[in-house]
Amino acid sequence: MTTVFGIPVAVILGQLTLGLVNGSFYAMLSLGLAVIFGLMRVVNFAHGAFYTLGAFAALLGLQWLGINYWASLVLAPVAVGLVGIVVERLLLRRVYGLDPLYGLLLTFGLALICEGSLHQVFGASGQSYPVPPALAGAVNLGFMFLPLYRAWVIAISLVVCFSTWFVIERTRLGATLRAATENAPLLQAFGVNVPLLVAATYGGGVALAALAGVLASPIVLVNAHMGSSLVIVVFAVVVIGGMGSIFGSIVSGLVLGVVEGFTKVIYPEASNVVVFLIMALVLVLRPTGLFGRE
Amino acid sequence: MRLTTVLYALLGLFALCVPLLGIYPVFMMQLLCVAMFACAFNLLLGFGRMLSFGHAAFFGSAAYATGWLVTAHEWGPGAAILAGVAVAALLGLAVGMLAIRRQGIYFAMITLALAQLVYFVCLEAPFTGGENGLQGVPRGELLGFLPLKSDLVLYYVVLAVFVAVYLFIHRVVHSPFGQVLKAIRENEPRATSLGYEINRYKLLAFVLSATLAGLAGSLKALVFGFVTLTDVDQSTSGEVILMTLLGGTGTFFGPVLGAAVVVTLRQYLSDLVGGWVIAIIGVIFVACVLSFRSGVVGELAAWQLRRQKPSPH
Amino acid sequence: MKLRMLTLAALAGLVAAAGGQALAADEVVIGDIDDMSGVYADVEGAAGVEAIRMAIADFGGTVLGRKITLLTADHQNKPDIGAAKFREWADQNGLNLLLGGSNSGVNIAMSKVASAKKVPFFVIGAAGASLTNEDCTAYTVHYVYDTTSLANGTATAMVAAGGKTWFYLTADYAFGTQLQNAASKVVEAHGGKNLGAVRVPLGAADFSSFLLQAQASGAQVLGLSNAGTDFSNSLKAANEFGITKTMKPAALLAFDTDINSLGLQTAQGLTLTTGFYWDLTPETRAFGKRFFAKINRMPTMDQAGVYSATLTYLKAVKAAGTTDADKVMAELKKTRINDMFAKDGYIRADGVMVHEMYVMQVKTPQESKYPWDFYKVVKRMPGEEAFGPITGLCPLAPAPK
Repeated sequence: MTTVFGIPVAVILGQLTLGLVNGSFYAMLSLGLAVIFGLMRVVNFAHGAFYTLGAFAALLGLQWLGINYWASLVLAPVAVGLVGIVVERLLLRRVYGLDPLYGLLLTFGLALICEGSLHQVFGASGQSYPVPPALAGAVNLGFMFLPLYRAWVIAISLVVCFSTWFVIERTRLGATLRAATENAPLLQAFGVNVPLLVAATYGGGVALAALAGVLASPIVLVNAHMGSSLVIVVFAVVVIGGMGSIFGSIVSGLVLGVVEGFTKVIYPEASNVVVFLIMALVLVLRPTGLFGRE
Repeated sequence: MRLTTVLYALLGLFALCVPLLGIYPVFMMQLLCVAMFACAFNLLLGFGRMLSFGHAAFFGSAAYATGWLVTAHEWGPGAAILAGVAVAALLGLAVGMLAIRRQGIYFAMITLALAQLVYFVCLEAPFTGGENGLQGVPRGELLGFLPLKSDLVLYYVVLAVFVAVYLFIHRVVHSPFGQVLKAIRENEPRATSLGYEINRYKLLAFVLSATLAGLAGSLKALVFGFVTLTDVDQSTSGEVILMTLLGGTGTFFGPVLGAAVVVTLRQYLSDLVGGWVIAIIGVIFVACVLSFRSGVVGELAAWQLRRQKPSPH
Repeated sequence: MKLRMLTLAALAGLVAAAGGQALAADEVVIGDIDDMSGVYADVEGAAGVEAIRMAIADFGGTVLGRKITLLTADHQNKPDIGAAKFREWADQNGLNLLLGGSNSGVNIAMSKVASAKKVPFFVIGAAGASLTNEDCTAYTVHYVYDTTSLANGTATAMVAAGGKTWFYLTADYAFGTQLQNAASKVVEAHGGKNLGAVRVPLGAADFSSFLLQAQASGAQVLGLSNAGTDFSNSLKAANEFGITKTMKPAALLAFDTDINSLGLQTAQGLTLTTGFYWDLTPETRAFGKRFFAKINRMPTMDQAGVYSATLTYLKAVKAAGTTDADKVMAELKKTRINDMFAKDGYIRADGVMVHEMYVMQVKTPQESKYPWDFYKVVKRMPGEEAFGPITGLCPLAPAPK
């Protein structure tokens, strides 16, 4: 067994691969957060709740309506996205002109409501969601058995993240969005329906979170608290990447997932906090984040 | 203003008579500790306009320090509380120095990150007992003669400390220091142009807030006889934000009211509605942010003010 | 101003009501604090509460002419909630007996309250043997099973079957640590080797990275020092990642409910130790069927145990003629327990309820003839062998010279 500093290479590669899987989730979630913050200057603390809702939508869709995994990949984000739009129109709209802390607190409260209700109705321990048969089984990478499903997660997240980046940075729709972040009234004067754009952006951002939730359901147990433990880490990722930067959040997400995996090899217990350590350092040394533009 | 004095007197009387009214002293002590924590937090949020997302770090670390000193090293309660407070103050200084450099959301995120680090230390450190927590913390005798084991005696001690903290905060806010803080809160660039070193003032406010939060935590360790990871975790930080917001930032009594409502809701409601408590608290939170932005007490105060002044509209 | 006064008055009233007395006049109050919604909810949980009610009803609903009341609470796997609730019931509700559900950390916290408030405390769901050693009290009875007996059963059997090197996946709190220690001792005592362990937070969502570490150790046995949904999830993940191809999983603590949720296809061949199985004797079968009629599941050892514990307590109260804690404890330590749960069981000085334990192997799907037909008995361990000798770590029970 070849070793690096006394640790078998197989172990390192295995943890890095798993880290890449986690990183894919971080990337997708921080992407949604960055988009929402970039346009609306709202720190969407409810992002974790929408992730959880996506997972539950898939679970309940299967249990109550027999909707299979592949359909859920499309239907769940759409459903949750619509919920997001409703939330935006009814609630978020009312705190726009105020101190951004109000937006943070409002979404924090929404997350509490969502989590509390789901906990009460479904209990704290999770329910398992079956891996779709087409993706069952594992591939022997030599240093570990990688379940096919996790390889799929990495692939689809990369596709989704980079498509979103492409849309925002390289298409006309994206240009309109970016214009809205820079000067919304001017854009409105040009005839663009900015409120609609904002609502759609929020819906889109949370739909991304919901998609991550659906992807996560066969891996982790679907439970009320799956989002809350994740959202704090995702915030750190977004801050590290730069709060308004799409590219920054994708790259940071992936890299930090891998860093976490690596930490699991050297000092497993610290894997939970290494992201926060890095965030604190980044905030003190380079406050706009690694790729931030402000 | 005379009315306020009357109300305070009534409340004071009520507080003194609690044991006679047959109310569970441990419940009241929990309420007082939590209210103290909320008041300390409000010093930072309401009067300093800084939102800390990890204030439980100070509350919990002081609790652990006190708990550990009393259990493992058999310190007296008085000395242990002072030590706990010192720990919170030092931690507040360290966190404050790092966090003050940024503002708004970034400030909040730094406090969050550092609080997570504190949580991690409390989880891993051998003396904290990790997930099991510190158990069986004895109450001992204060100043060598007051038997704190008696719920009654401890209740009056906690009440006395609470009143002292409340008056102290009142004094701080109305002092020259407090006035400068108010100026910074309302117009920071102007305050800087007047020559005030705002970072120093902000840091002092932060350390004060952390220290008082630590005092609340140390007391809590003795009241309940145990310290667990819940005392340093995210949910406790979130809850104190909720209480302060609910009761009214920028008022003195607001956090106390907020604490009373949340603690009572948890106690009373959880027997009635079980786990729905969290969701209900969330609804109240959202309602506060949307409408009651200055909290219940703030709204009442504003309403009272409107009634006093003859208003043109 | 009137509004403010009214609000404050209402608040004071609410506070008074919430904190006010609720003393049950002349009733015998039994309390059950358990994990009702988390990882251990199925092990005892709400079904366990039903079992207690069955016991109270079977006893007649009253003892010494006093009505028997049951209070229940969810500790949510938090020691502070469990201990605070116990203290409140003892101070405010005149609690006479507390039945402790799952989670050793919570039970250790509660045992301190039992000692301070002098309330008999029957630990049903928690495994941690420290409850009858370093953390023992004069009022604690460890009724159903503990980490010592689990290790003596399962670890011994697996080492004998060829599993010499062990690596542990340990739930990171009192229970997981104690179970790992107990198993490690047994492994070494029988000539095996402990290669290491990885600590996993309670209720972890994803075990994959921990399992990779386990596999890297090259051990023959994967010691699963966890329980409830943690156990089923780690086992499922181990299968998914092909770990079970090279390592044999040791189910150090598993319940019927776990086997039921895993399915015999996944769980077949597992060795485990239990204090009760519904299909052992005519009496256990009768209880099982009664329980099934109410709950639609067969009882786990905790659920059967809490039924038996409730009856044992009530019988002791009747015999002692009082609910005074010290007198009842003295009576309990004199009695022999003979019911569907235990034959000739007795409570030792350190609080252990010594009774027979069973080492089981999970049947293959072909061997199972009817629903819940899960186990075949590999070994019946007499109580003294299962629970081992008195260690002397409990000040109330010095080790025999």
